[in-house]
Amino acid sequence: MARIIVVTSGKGGVGKTTTSAAIAMGLAKKGHKTAVIDFDVGLRNLDLIMGCERRVVYDFINVINGEASLNQALIRDKNCDQLYILPASQTRDKDALTREGVGKVLDELSADFKYIVCDSPAGIEKGANLALYFADDAFVVTNPEVSSVRDSDRILGILASKSRRAEQNEEPIREYLLLTRYDPNRVKSGEMLGLEDVQDILSLHLLGIIPESKSVLSASNAGIPVILDEKSEAGQAYEDVIARYLGEERPHRFIESKQGFFRKLFGG
Amino acid sequence: MSKNPQKMPNTSSVLEFKSSTFFSPILILHSNDLAAIEQSLQEKISLAPDFFKHSPLIIDVRTLNEFNQDFKVPEIVDMLRKIGLFPIGLRGGNDQQNKQAKKLSIPVDTGQEHENGAAARDKNSSQEEKPVVQGNDDSSAEHNSNNAGCQQESKATAAPDSAEKIEQSVVTTVPARSTLISQPVRSGQRIYAQGDLVVMSQVSAGAEIMAEGDIHVYNTLRGRALAGVQGNINARIFCLDLQAELVSIAGDYKTSEHITTPMQKKPMQVFLQDHALIIKEIA
Ligand SMILES: Nc1ncnc2c1ncn2[C@@H]1O[C@H](COP(=O)(O)OP(=O)(O)OP(=O)(O)O)[C@@H](O)[C@H]1O
Ligand SMILES: [Mg+2]
Repeated sequence: MARIIVVTSGKGGVGKTTTSAAIAMGLAKKGHKTAVIDFDVGLRNLDLIMGCERRVVYDFINVINGEASLNQALIRDKNCDQLYILPASQTRDKDALTREGVGKVLDELSADFKYIVCDSPAGIEKGANLALYFADDAFVVTNPEVSSVRDSDRILGILASKSRRAEQNEEPIREYLLLTRYDPNRVKSGEMLGLEDVQDILSLHLLGIIPESKSVLSASNAGIPVILDEKSEAGQAYEDVIARYLGEERPHRFIESKQGFFRKLFGG
Repeated sequence: MSKNPQKMPNTSSVLEFKSSTFFSPILILHSNDLAAIEQSLQEKISLAPDFFKHSPLIIDVRTLNEFNQDFKVPEIVDMLRKIGLFPIGLRGGNDQQNKQAKKLSIPVDTGQEHENGAAARDKNSSQEEKPVVQGNDDSSAEHNSNNAGCQQESKATAAPDSAEKIEQSVVTTVPARSTLISQPVRSGQRIYAQGDLVVMSQVSAGAEIMAEGDIHVYNTLRGRALAGVQGNINARIFCLDLQAELVSIAGDYKTSEHITTPMQKKPMQVFLQDHALIIKEIA
């Protein structure tokens, strides 16, 4: 049985797809057979970030409609043979995504995979609800700003009341916080919320802080999940996230600004 | 009370009839001035948008007819639907009005059996000076009862000078009990308790908790909390940290703008004293 992870946020553009690609690759690199599904019908971003956009033949909706088999639609990642991508359709309309259809595909994947990562679209509409409906775990991606925190709180309410686990009175979805695009300098200057402010409102299990980093954009331009860029802070931060998710204890990094650190060191 | 009231029971047949109660506010119209009614309703809705969104509503036109005020049922229904309410019944209408309602597939209640009670209620409500807040909740709609035949109404609020008033129609009384919530109540979630409500976790901004009795929050209260929603003026709200968007006791409310809590992160209580809403540290 696979563990189904939804990467969700409510608010758009906070780093869900970046995170989905990174954690799917992270899990696969650890030897777990992992599939990552793009639920963002009409936008199709995941395949770009995974660098497989030119190998897309069939998509998620073809599989739901029975026009292609899962095996035909799944794209094996070029960097890691344990990782498969199920791309979204760029052309179909969103109504093709149905609960039964999604359930069937996830069931079929479950037999063969260890982890299924669902990259949710933004919003709290149907697409987002479907992406989280079958989840066992939720990675709530939040930026350190008020509107993002608010939206995350809203998504947490939906996870707790509208998911399959909630509806069937099963053990609730495990919720984890991923604070992304964190910039300690801007936190210090008061432009951004600090970790404490965010946790004051969300009080979630913190899986990691992903610093704002230029390497994210260059990785996505190159079509390589940033977790493979081991020199970058964002890559390391995602590496930590996977280790913590798999049960390892690691201290949190990237909370303080380097500048601050040196200043402290030299008493400046 | 179950957190998932919408859950389908596991039954083998395709349908099942149950005698049950359904909470619905009753909108008693005192004027046929549609524009004034709409404006007054909008004001109330803005106080508790989540509360009134898609709220079913029974339209009571008895007063209008008593004073021979002219109106058309379809116009009232259109206006209510336009502002997001769902009229689900008409009462106190005459034959012609009832016919208009039926044409719109809106059930009609001739209201004969409550005539006396309603008259008495109208009288004392006009003396009250409480602002609004209350309505219905999905979670209470599922409440089953074995003596659904005996109707009883309790009213919660009325603005004395407004063109309409809303009141809660509760069919049958149920023994008060307390509801325990141990998970956080997140933005967009609503909880309604028929007795007391105890929340062990935080209540987020954008969440709404309501109880006919007291409310206890053993954490930070950031959302809206409404105690005594059926008119119990002795109800209280207790919490460990008051940062609420709105607190209300029996319809008397204060919004965050008027909640001054110098004692942040101190246990606080909210109660009514001589018709005034008091917010005070728990000594
Ligand atoms: N840690 C980071 N540092 C710098 N830039 C980042 C970081 N994470 C994400 N970004 C950038 O933010 C933008 C949005 O990221 P992404 O597409 O992953 O967000 P999303 O939540 O999936 O968006 P959508 O809601 O549109 O699906 C991208 O340009 C990405 O490169
Ligand atoms: Mg995305």
